[in-house]
Amino acid sequence: MDRFEYGEVVINDEESVILRESGAKIYDGDNKTAFEGGLLELTTHRLIWSKSSDCSLILHLMYVVYVEEERTGFAFSKSIKFILHLTEPLPGKPPGPVTKSAFNHVKIAFKDKSDLTFLHNLREVLQLKKWLVNITPNNEIAPKAAPIKIRTGIVGIERQIHEKHKETDENISKAFQDLNKLMVMAKDMVNLSKTISQKIRDKQGDITEDETVRFKSYLLSLGVDDPVTRNSFKNDSQFHEELAKQIADVLENPIKEVGGMMSLADVYCRVNRARGLELLSPEDLLNACNLLAKLNLPLFLREFESGVKVLQLCSHSDEKIIKVTVSQLKEKNSCTAEELAQDIGIPVLLAKERLLAAEKSGQACRDDTIEGLRFYPNLFLEVDR
Amino acid sequence: MRRKAGMGAIQKQKLEQEKYRDKGTELQENQLELMSKQLEVFRSNLEDFAAKHRSEIKRNPQFRRQFQEMCASIGVDPLASRKGFWSVLGMGDFYYELGVQIVEVCLATNHRTGGLIRLSELRNLLIKARGKRKEHQEITCDDLLQAANKLYMLGSGFRVIRVGHGKMEDYLVQSVAAELSIDHTAVLGLAEMGNNSTKSSGITVSDVINRLHWEENRAKMALEYLVKEGLAWIDLQSKPEKSYWFPSLFSATA
Repeated sequence: MDRFEYGEVVINDEESVILRESGAKIYDGDNKTAFEGGLLELTTHRLIWSKSSDCSLILHLMYVVYVEEERTGFAFSKSIKFILHLTEPLPGKPPGPVTKSAFNHVKIAFKDKSDLTFLHNLREVLQLKKWLVNITPNNEIAPKAAPIKIRTGIVGIERQIHEKHKETDENISKAFQDLNKLMVMAKDMVNLSKTISQKIRDKQGDITEDETVRFKSYLLSLGVDDPVTRNSFKNDSQFHEELAKQIADVLENPIKEVGGMMSLADVYCRVNRARGLELLSPEDLLNACNLLAKLNLPLFLREFESGVKVLQLCSHSDEKIIKVTVSQLKEKNSCTAEELAQDIGIPVLLAKERLLAAEKSGQACRDDTIEGLRFYPNLFLEVDR
Repeated sequence: MRRKAGMGAIQKQKLEQEKYRDKGTELQENQLELMSKQLEVFRSNLEDFAAKHRSEIKRNPQFRRQFQEMCASIGVDPLASRKGFWSVLGMGDFYYELGVQIVEVCLATNHRTGGLIRLSELRNLLIKARGKRKEHQEITCDDLLQAANKLYMLGSGFRVIRVGHGKMEDYLVQSVAAELSIDHTAVLGLAEMGNNSTKSSGITVSDVINRLHWEENRAKMALEYLVKEGLAWIDLQSKPEKSYWFPSLFSATA
């Protein structure tokens, strides 16, 4: 703001007025000033702000290095400001409204105007730089801009980034306020659901079956995990039944190809990849798989002792698998899970399960060393031969 | 006339209890009604919220994290089902897709790492594999943790382990069904911290004994178990005693 000066408006011959706008407000840096609601004239050499007749504020355009627009609030709102980045005031400059300003930029805002004609015109004029063309004795101050431009450029970019961050922050804090309100409501409901589930636990039988099912669906849609209702009552959601049928359809053949068993993580990946959009959550998958057996579909969910969950073909029998595994063992003399996996072409997890199943049925023995877990065919069974 | 004893009193008591029970059931029904009403109100509020802020949520990882924390503090899981109320926020797909990609990356690197991968390495690999659009690039470690934690229920041994504490805290994502006890994770944490210093080295039994103040047997057992599970390698050429290296903790070059 200290680059402005008081002066009389006398338009000389070389200078011409390009644009006149009313309702102009000047900001010193980011702060408001008292200079608002005035008439702003853009000439080829200067920017003149005047209100009422006598004194006007003049800014020589040679001080202006860079102009950009700033939109506050939401886009396309009425408040557009133009930021004019300025160079240092030259010594010997006539006095202005402010002797020393902390800012290197001023802002100009027009009331109720949101178009960019002013910006374009100002940029054009700055390009032309008519004040350089003939340095008349009126203009005793010589422009000297070169090295400072670079600094202002980067500062300008930094400022832009800063503005963007501020805007995002404002949006987010509004969002957070709304979020807080939502959360308070959700908390109430969670507490209420806890009381209800407590009642269910205590007075089992007083609350009817389908009320519990309804309650359970509420919990599911809220996302509350309640151990009481999770296992004890039926979970007959139509959505999950549909899912189960879908899964059985899609995966029956691939599971046959990999040998009758597929780990649930694998199933999850394949199903979601096949769906593309509208992906499933792990819980949804689990609930759907639990329904597979009930719906008499060709696959069912099986959980091993180690906690591994797989989808298995109904037609797949354990004994056949054990026979195959044992014959493989006899051929190779001994196997680790990794070796078996590579030989047959199944995942390591399932190979391990097969070997453990063989061991359980007494047809294989384990050798547990630091080198890993290795299985041998059970030679005790062949002692007599 | 109030009877305090005798048949009359017992019968009276029974009658009272029945009345109380009926009242209780009635109140309970009211509660259920109340709950369903509240749910409706909540659902409409949630939809308003989603309409206003859905794009914000998609774009801003900080907001996502805040949201998840708040939900966790109440006891609500917004990712539980795609049919739930929270699906209106549109976050589900993002996390489920992330889950699928985590599984794929882990399975692909299993042969190299033995089934254990550092969260930061996982994140780098994922960023490389995902699309080039900015929203695909901006996944934070918190997002990964959220997605990985849900994979646990698929039962294939997906688990997130925390090693170290305070500033040196880091996470390892486990994708094999090896049972890692507290001792094992402590040893892993030790190996990890060693790697953070300038000299990346394996650890020896003495290291474990000195830094963790265990006795020799315990240290040996833990290290040997890790070798057996394929998570550690033995280096017999290091002096003065053999050292153990963890391929899953090697920093990914290129």
